[in-house]
Amino acid sequence: MVTSSHSRPGTPSPAGSTSPPSEPDGPRTGRSVSATSDLSFRQRVGIWIRKHGAGPYLLLLPATAVIGALILWPAVQVGLFSFQNYGLMQISGVLPSQWIGFSNYSQILHDPEFWQSLKTSVYFALVVVPLTMIVGTLVGQLLARLGPKMRTFVSVSALLAWATPAVSASVIFVWLVDPDGGVVDWALAKLPSWLGGGAHWATFSWTNATLPAYSVLTVMLVWTGFPFIAVTVLAGLRTLPSELLEAARVDGAGPWRTFWKVTFPILRPVFLVLALLSTIWDFGMFTQAYIVTGNLGNRDEYNLGLYEYSQAFTQPPHYGLASAAAFVLTIILLIVTVGYVRAAIKQGSLA
Amino acid sequence: MTSVPVFNSAVSGRAGSARGKSARGGRRFGRASRRAALNLLGLLVALFALFPVLWMVSTAFKPATEIYSLTPHPIPLHPTLANFRAVFSGSVIGISYWNFLKNSLFITIVAVVASSFIGLLAAIALGRFKFRFRTTYLIMLLIVQLLPQQALVVSLFIDFRKLNLLDSLVGLILVYTAFALPVTIWMLRNFAATVPRELEEAAAIDGAGAWTRFWRILLPLVSPGLVATSVFAFIFAYNEFVFALTFLGTDTAKFTLPLYVEYFYGQNSTNWGAIMASSTLFTIPVLAFFLFTQRRLASGLVAGAVKG
Repeated sequence: MVTSSHSRPGTPSPAGSTSPPSEPDGPRTGRSVSATSDLSFRQRVGIWIRKHGAGPYLLLLPATAVIGALILWPAVQVGLFSFQNYGLMQISGVLPSQWIGFSNYSQILHDPEFWQSLKTSVYFALVVVPLTMIVGTLVGQLLARLGPKMRTFVSVSALLAWATPAVSASVIFVWLVDPDGGVVDWALAKLPSWLGGGAHWATFSWTNATLPAYSVLTVMLVWTGFPFIAVTVLAGLRTLPSELLEAARVDGAGPWRTFWKVTFPILRPVFLVLALLSTIWDFGMFTQAYIVTGNLGNRDEYNLGLYEYSQAFTQPPHYGLASAAAFVLTIILLIVTVGYVRAAIKQGSLA
Repeated sequence: MTSVPVFNSAVSGRAGSARGKSARGGRRFGRASRRAALNLLGLLVALFALFPVLWMVSTAFKPATEIYSLTPHPIPLHPTLANFRAVFSGSVIGISYWNFLKNSLFITIVAVVASSFIGLLAAIALGRFKFRFRTTYLIMLLIVQLLPQQALVVSLFIDFRKLNLLDSLVGLILVYTAFALPVTIWMLRNFAATVPRELEEAAAIDGAGAWTRFWRILLPLVSPGLVATSVFAFIFAYNEFVFALTFLGTDTAKFTLPLYVEYFYGQNSTNWGAIMASSTLFTIPVLAFFLFTQRRLASGLVAGAVKG
């Protein structure tokens, strides 16, 4: 998938096509520089770059430096800190940090709050990912059946939800479910009792307990996530040959069977990628949980992201413990990714 | 397109039976009602998607008496600008909205320009050259995107503290540039690869140097991709919360807009009119920007994604 598909072997590239890029080519360069000593410095540099095939490496240099210094090195550091007792004394330089082996990990693994937060993250992803996928797929199917104007209107409206910043969405949803004046409690109190409504909803507080708070987060993340899935599914549906769907209909297949026997198998790679992205977003959710559960104030409402963050940024700071938790979080996401990639390879959709 | 909708079994059932019979009137009725039902469903989806944003805007224009009234109205009965005035004058937290808008725009624009430029250089290398570590580099770009930001924020915080980059807009610019880069490079390399070599060679024969070829040929041809990646980088940097929250701890005047909205909410958790006004002033520009660019964004996305 990521192999060189663009630079065809036959076409000459501006630099480094005559000799393999990494082959040191000393004598020839020396000769060419001496032979062209009447050239300007800029031209000589250009010739040197071409002779050594250094062009791509020079072009990659700034990006590599920035990504290396600000993403890769910090990632390595998280690994290093997770084996050290890095805390307030160490960051202020009073005491040197010490290597303490796996004791950060064992401390976390013996912390009931860690397991609680992990459970919250796992359950949340298990609910939100399928729900977002189902809603998104249904809306994608709906979009495919609408007229062009209506389709544009609905998909652009939906994408506005997707484009709404996480901070705004969180503050808006907290306001929607506010016990004094929020529209959700008002509507639930008006609902007839056989639909689960009733006066007891009128001042129901959604953010003070784990289950209600994560119900709000569930609706919010489905709201944020479904448009992207719907639009991608719509794009996928348009690549389906219409003869296939027509044939399925003529053979008497209902919409349910048509979806599972025709649409889904063909679009399986798309669904796998969407499910992977949703899992990464929902399992690693931070901003929305931070705001809805009250700025790290409610320890029993933490998910894994909040747990990790609070280890480092509530007093007293434990950067070592936070790094160990961050490492665990990263490993879980990597395992999930590898799982999806393996599923994709098994079904031959990556070939 | 021709199959029956999955959503509403009642509607599909009726449409199906009407199709089976030869009665023209019934068939026309079935089709019309099917279309009407689909459009109604579409409107419901649009309403679900737009409702929170519309409610935010409506609350921002409501006076306090209406915000806390026992029956909320979707449209303000007595619209007021008082909430916006409070946000602009800074009467609630002491600093005006303009200050935070300035911070956000400054950080975002510098980061977008930097990541576009650096990303374009890298994309040219990956899209137009063959070299030994090309595949490795592409895989690295994919892996980097998997690293959760709240994991890296711990060590970046420690590094930035040593480098005196906390409470500094420069620190955030660096981080936003770096985190926008992988996606930018990944998308731009396809655009760089599609620029025909013959064009460049022809220009070279005509005596154009590398610099002229870059400005006159490559840049105009990759500019649609550059627009798409810039929009993505812009939305990412303008909306980003975790790094801003961590690095801009104490100095309120340096806050970016998302941090300001969250802080504003934390400071007046009952003044919903003003909170929604601040949130409106943060959200509406980015939504308008998105509406304005979404066509180009879609074409950029497709061009970037299809040729994998």
